[in-house]
Amino acid sequence: MNAQPYFLDHIWLIPLFPLATAAVMLFFGRRLSNQIVSWLCSGSVFVSFIFSVGAFFQLIAKPSGERVATKILFEWIPAGTYHMLDGRIAKFIADWGFQIDPLSCVMILIVTGVGFLIHVYSTGYMAHEGGYYRFFGYLNLFMFSMLMLVLANNLLLLFVGWEGVGTCSYLLIGFYFHKKSASDAGKKAFIVNRVGDAGFLLGIFLTSALLGTIRFVEIGPALAAGGFAIGDPRITAIALLFFVGATGKSAQIPLYVWLPDAMEGPTPVSALIHAATMVTAGVYMVTRTNAIYQLSPKAMGVVALTGAITALFAASMGVVQNDIKKVLAYSTVSQLGYMFLACGVGAFTAGIFHLMTHAFFKGLLFLAAGSVIHAVSGEQDMRKMGALSKKIPVTYWTMLIAALAIAGIFPFAGFISKDLILGKAYEKDALLWAIGYFTAGMTAFYMFRLIFMTFHGTSRVDHEAEHHIHESPKSMLVPLLILAVLSIVGGWLSWPEIFGGNSHFIHFLSTVVAVPHEARMEPVKGPSSAHGELFLMVLSEGLVILGILFAWFLYVKRTDLPQKIARSFGGFYRLVYNKYYVDQLYDALFVNRAKDLGLALGAFDRNVIDGVGVNGAGWLTRAVSKLSIWWDTWIVDGSVRLGARIVWIFSYPVRLIQDGLVQSYMLLIVIGLIGFFGYYFYMAHHAIH
Amino acid sequence: MVPVDHYLWLSLALFTIGVIGVLTRRNVIIILMSIELILNAVNINLVAFSHMFGSVDGQVFAIFIITDAAAEAAVGLGIILAFFRNRETLLADEMDMLKW
Repeated sequence: MNAQPYFLDHIWLIPLFPLATAAVMLFFGRRLSNQIVSWLCSGSVFVSFIFSVGAFFQLIAKPSGERVATKILFEWIPAGTYHMLDGRIAKFIADWGFQIDPLSCVMILIVTGVGFLIHVYSTGYMAHEGGYYRFFGYLNLFMFSMLMLVLANNLLLLFVGWEGVGTCSYLLIGFYFHKKSASDAGKKAFIVNRVGDAGFLLGIFLTSALLGTIRFVEIGPALAAGGFAIGDPRITAIALLFFVGATGKSAQIPLYVWLPDAMEGPTPVSALIHAATMVTAGVYMVTRTNAIYQLSPKAMGVVALTGAITALFAASMGVVQNDIKKVLAYSTVSQLGYMFLACGVGAFTAGIFHLMTHAFFKGLLFLAAGSVIHAVSGEQDMRKMGALSKKIPVTYWTMLIAALAIAGIFPFAGFISKDLILGKAYEKDALLWAIGYFTAGMTAFYMFRLIFMTFHGTSRVDHEAEHHIHESPKSMLVPLLILAVLSIVGGWLSWPEIFGGNSHFIHFLSTVVAVPHEARMEPVKGPSSAHGELFLMVLSEGLVILGILFAWFLYVKRTDLPQKIARSFGGFYRLVYNKYYVDQLYDALFVNRAKDLGLALGAFDRNVIDGVGVNGAGWLTRAVSKLSIWWDTWIVDGSVRLGARIVWIFSYPVRLIQDGLVQSYMLLIVIGLIGFFGYYFYMAHHAIH
Repeated sequence: MVPVDHYLWLSLALFTIGVIGVLTRRNVIIILMSIELILNAVNINLVAFSHMFGSVDGQVFAIFIITDAAAEAAVGLGIILAFFRNRETLLADEMDMLKW
């Protein structure tokens, strides 16, 4: 660990640059001009990118066996010791530590590189929006969280980044928070992710309890030392819990429902968070913990099958969407499915490779879609577009390149990464390959449906918007062009060996993937020969071209056909168009049940806590005080009043005299006088005699 | 020359009428008038004895009593007026506030 080269020793700085500018935006952003905000926020990401590139070059300068560097800043949670499941005592170590190896190196390059381009793009896209500094502050906070996620050297710190990106995703989806659909989508994303995060957190606990460590570099040795057999149920449990987390963050069945709604956020956010970086965190995490997965063929099978089914399922929904961003959202879900399919069949490096090429072409697709939306005055419905190719040529050509890349046309990036995955899938299971293969055809179809509906045919743009169609500013076009180049050449980093390449990228990453002791001896099924591989490639290329031609036929040649087809398959069309009613199903099964639970708890609160508890205590106090009042009234006051009453009774005759009438007083005076005089005269009379 | 006991009988009659008036009448003004009767009965007594003894003292006293009666009438009527304004009554049996 001592004497690492400069950039490897300072990887901890990489997340700090965006954090610093995010803090500046939080405290002073309101007072800064848009120009300063743009320079600060894009600049900090660019500095991070420079540091990442520096780290990359210093990493590949090392011999391939030693390409891992760790930098522990301080011990984060000194929790002390605990008993592991097998009774041994372990010290809980969670440090604020960073780790760079080929995997995290690739990730920080993607995150900072694509992130920087999207920052630049945003300076053009968001130029006329309110809350400019707020947007960039959130974006930089996101960059910080994402970089923490990929640079963390232990599961708990990864989880910090994991939650951080979730929070930023929530903040940015709900960026137009005055719009109810946007704030609802933000909440939905956050809550659905919570479900996955709970699983991930349980997985971390179980890892800690079973292996006694949460550091990535120590997990492999701990597994070996523990002597866990392949298929150990405890390992399978960890792997499945991790995968629950991954399905949440990376929008896989059953937790994919938040991603299409997340398109309520500004388009650069969709590109950065919901296409290029955050949603791939699940794939990164599965690859990062591949030592665990490799010990559990069952969990791998679940991952592969979930990925494959998600890919197909999401692609089918993408086929019928009319909102340009929704098509791309379902496409993202589908492509993420491919990545998990790759991980599930053990081709982790192919998954990460597809993650990278996907970051390029899906980021580009979103940015180009943003440019289209910008051009037609905010319209997102493809039925109100058409014939835009001449009016916004740069956007058109870059988007076409991205579409060719995602469809998998030779030699674009998507072709190489996707066929790598399909090849590996075929080696494992022909059914998985068939699903992936069929999905590839659908991908080509819906992407070119998007291209043809948006750029070709007749214009269906509103007259009002028609006059304002304009190409986007340079700050938006330059990132498009750079990403277009990357969408072409990105795949060449791992040029297949059958075309005379050497799979550099795959070899670079391969040190990260633990080779399980038995897998090495497992016989390779399927296309063991180069001819087999070539045959598969030609086969998928044929299907892709068929898909594109089909899209051309339906959406350029015979534009009346799609509606007829939709009508003749009425029921099925409605089922797919309404996204298989999954949202409604979840509402009925979980959301409304959760609401019911809330209402029931509310009723419990009202009736039992408030009713019996608070009101009961009140009632008791009142009852006691009533008793006290009775005592006071009848006993304490009563004794006083009894005395008064006795006096009153004995005073009765006295009171009769004092009636207040002057005349009766007068009468008494007269009687008194008469009595007095009578006595006087009587005594005088006696005295005389 | 009228003997002095005639005066005394007259005075006694007047006094008795006055006292009965004070005791029995409800109207305060009549009570006041009855008090005048009592005072005048006393005056008759004083003047009669003054004449009998040939001393002027009793007559002087009678003059004082007449003056006093006038002052008393003025004050009494004033009190009655003030009372009427407050309680809107002149009846003595409704004036029972002395017991409070």
